[in-house]
Amino acid sequence: MVLEFTEAGIYCPAADAYIDPWRPVPRALITHGHSDHARPGHGTYLATDAAAPVIRHRLGDIRIETTQYGVEHRMGDATISFHPAGHVPGSAQIRVEVGGEVWVASGDYKTIDDGLSEPFEPVRCHTFITESTFGLPIYDWPDQEILQRDLNAWWAGCVAEGKRAVLGVYALGKAQRIMRLLDPSIGPILTHGAVEATNKVLRGQGQILPETIHVTDGVDAKSHPNAIVLAPPSALGSAWMKRFGTVSTGFASGWMRLRGVRRRRAADRGFVVSDHADWKGLNWAIAQTGAERVFVTHGYTAQFSKWLSEQGYEAGVVETEFGGESLDDVEEAEVTAP
Amino acid sequence: MKAFAALFTALDQTTKTSVKTAALAEYFSTAPEDDRIWTIALLSGRRPRRAITTTKLREWAAEHAGIPLWLFEACYPVVGDLSETIALVLPEPKTRIEKSLSGWIATLRGLDNAEDDVRKAAILEAWDGLPPIERFVFNKLITGGWRMGVSQKLMTRALAKATGIEEAELTHRLMGDWSPDRVSWDSLIEAPDPTADLSRPYPFYLAYQVDGEPHELGDVSDWLAERKWDGIRGQLILRGGERYLWSRGEELMTDRFPEFAQLVDFLPPGTVMDGEVLAYDREAETPLSFNKLQPRIGRKTVPKKLLAEAPCILMAYDLLEWQGADLRRTPLVDRRAILQDALGALPADLPIRLSPRVEAETWDDLANARAISREIGAEGLMLKRLSAPYLAGRKKGDWWKWKVDPLTIDAVMIYAQAGSGRRATLYTDFTFAVWNGNDLVPFTKAYSGLTDAEFREITAWVRKNTTDRFGPVRAVIPHHVFEIAFEGIQASPRHKSGVALRFPRMARWRKDKPLNEANTLEDLNAMLAQYG
Repeated sequence: MVLEFTEAGIYCPAADAYIDPWRPVPRALITHGHSDHARPGHGTYLATDAAAPVIRHRLGDIRIETTQYGVEHRMGDATISFHPAGHVPGSAQIRVEVGGEVWVASGDYKTIDDGLSEPFEPVRCHTFITESTFGLPIYDWPDQEILQRDLNAWWAGCVAEGKRAVLGVYALGKAQRIMRLLDPSIGPILTHGAVEATNKVLRGQGQILPETIHVTDGVDAKSHPNAIVLAPPSALGSAWMKRFGTVSTGFASGWMRLRGVRRRRAADRGFVVSDHADWKGLNWAIAQTGAERVFVTHGYTAQFSKWLSEQGYEAGVVETEFGGESLDDVEEAEVTAP
Repeated sequence: MKAFAALFTALDQTTKTSVKTAALAEYFSTAPEDDRIWTIALLSGRRPRRAITTTKLREWAAEHAGIPLWLFEACYPVVGDLSETIALVLPEPKTRIEKSLSGWIATLRGLDNAEDDVRKAAILEAWDGLPPIERFVFNKLITGGWRMGVSQKLMTRALAKATGIEEAELTHRLMGDWSPDRVSWDSLIEAPDPTADLSRPYPFYLAYQVDGEPHELGDVSDWLAERKWDGIRGQLILRGGERYLWSRGEELMTDRFPEFAQLVDFLPPGTVMDGEVLAYDREAETPLSFNKLQPRIGRKTVPKKLLAEAPCILMAYDLLEWQGADLRRTPLVDRRAILQDALGALPADLPIRLSPRVEAETWDDLANARAISREIGAEGLMLKRLSAPYLAGRKKGDWWKWKVDPLTIDAVMIYAQAGSGRRATLYTDFTFAVWNGNDLVPFTKAYSGLTDAEFREITAWVRKNTTDRFGPVRAVIPHHVFEIAFEGIQASPRHKSGVALRFPRMARWRKDKPLNEANTLEDLNAMLAQYG
């Protein structure tokens, strides 16, 4: 096998390297900087140039080498290359070729161009390892233009009613994607420290992001009356928010597609947006690879692999420790304030 | 249906009562009258008959979405709602059909007696012509399961705001056996003829549980104390030579209790009483257990044998109408005096009793009376202010229930199942067990009593500690002990443990209790012996 599924993670024997391992290993190939994929304690790391700064920022003093997309690296008998996954800036699918057989591990991906991340590029392969976070036909993302219209309408509505719009977003990727959709004529963007730290890293590597104002102790309900606030989900409902007075809370996640989740979150508004592929995206991506065999990792694994089997793929489920856009993050947000 | 879907969205996007009321009031002021009437009907639980089985809907939706039925079925538990699942899997609409709420309802009714292929064509056409939210609302109209996060009370408040008619008056107008087919906006809301509907009940007055010490209610002599009987609340209406018995859920249950027919001959027309329907041993003058009453509730008509096994009476405690006059503004002390006179003159073999007053000089007397509630088959005491009128709905101040503390037992969680609807992604339905030697014997399920945060916590734990799966049910490592509270216990040969509990719920998550300190089957049997 080109790649094997082990206790420590997805392993390539020919290269003696692991892809996004969850136990400490000598050599790790990292698809992107989210904490369930880039973990501490590995001997060496290899990631894309654009993913590395966030990984360094999060993991501190590590030995990391970087690569451009599409550059082939020879490791033992394996040829390794990184290809855009469209998930967050710098995110990659990892292509591994051994003796003419090609496998691709997709990490997390989405197939639409979010205007921020390098857009997803299909890579032809024999075996494709796909996520299935949203691998059911109920997940169908609205166009980004509709999202943009709804977001700005909500924000403008909040301003008109004298309420502060506070939007819960993941600090890496989602936050910056949303920032670029916001209409600067409505007001400024205020950011929670977790979001601002990521902004700083991304700006440092040349990403053009809208201007933001970091919420520090001096900022209260009166300063910047027209502003929208971007904060990680865990800050919603926490003491940190008290400074803003009357708020309208929004939450931006693929899970907002479900009315039950939307209602239980008790956020005033739910916006359906995800950095993971929806049902159509997953199916499209898999078809593009031309793969005969598909391994399904985190998400609706059993259902999605059964579906793929019926579509004629040789499909199987692989247990991993990836979280994806975890529903738990959404659910836990209220109880794990920072 | 655009306006109705917009109303639905507005209600769905807020948890604030004031915003909901405003949205509803706006709708009631602007929507066409037929649509308003249907909206009132839907929000007060009057649903159009289900025109199409859910089995058919599932098949058609899967087929139309181009997915196998098993995949549709796999989506359903994730979404937790059939109408929403259908709306989410279907492809984008191709056209845009503009039709009012009542128009769509008429369309659906037109399909009542149609052939299957006609129905299917009509449903698919609707699905293809409606944007997602309207599609969801349309599916709700078909399946009839309707919850919009709006209580009847809130709806009535909005209606009062829109019409300027007093809320209590509207509550009364909306009671009883009306249907959108037979009423107009005018005849129901604006200018109803009070005599048009002899069966129309008054809104029930509902009590809160005492939230402090009862003596804080003031002088005990200002209060009437009665037993809180364990039956079903009923409003018995005698008008125009007919009788009608309404449940608190506004269900007409006249035919389920034929014994009350004879009361028409003994009490004057224009009599309306509030009381508790009880299975009752008239020889011993004691109520029978709620278990005896249960088979009578489920049936539309009653076989003779059951009538003999579980004879029922009305334990009357209030008089709302007497000789055709509405007495609700009369103080309780006077209402009760009339009731007492009226019932005192009746032969003892009639199925009606006056709920006895629990005599007391002090609050301590009442506390002592409450302490023996379980022994005499009552749930506690009711405390009613003697000077109070009969109000509508749940109001604080004049009526209090002072229930006995629930029975409790510490049990081990052994199975978990996801909830539905709003709780579809959480594990909320649990099976609990007690020790029998080294075995854990399941004895009850419970799904309420925890906070949302606790449900999230236990859900995360369940995901990580599953040992086995049986369909939607997960077996988990026996680890967590919960205090289960319940109102009663009965022997039950259908349950493995031999007992069935009444109203079981999770009172507390006993994180402090080790597994081996949970209660035993022996403890449960001792409770059965004492209270069963």
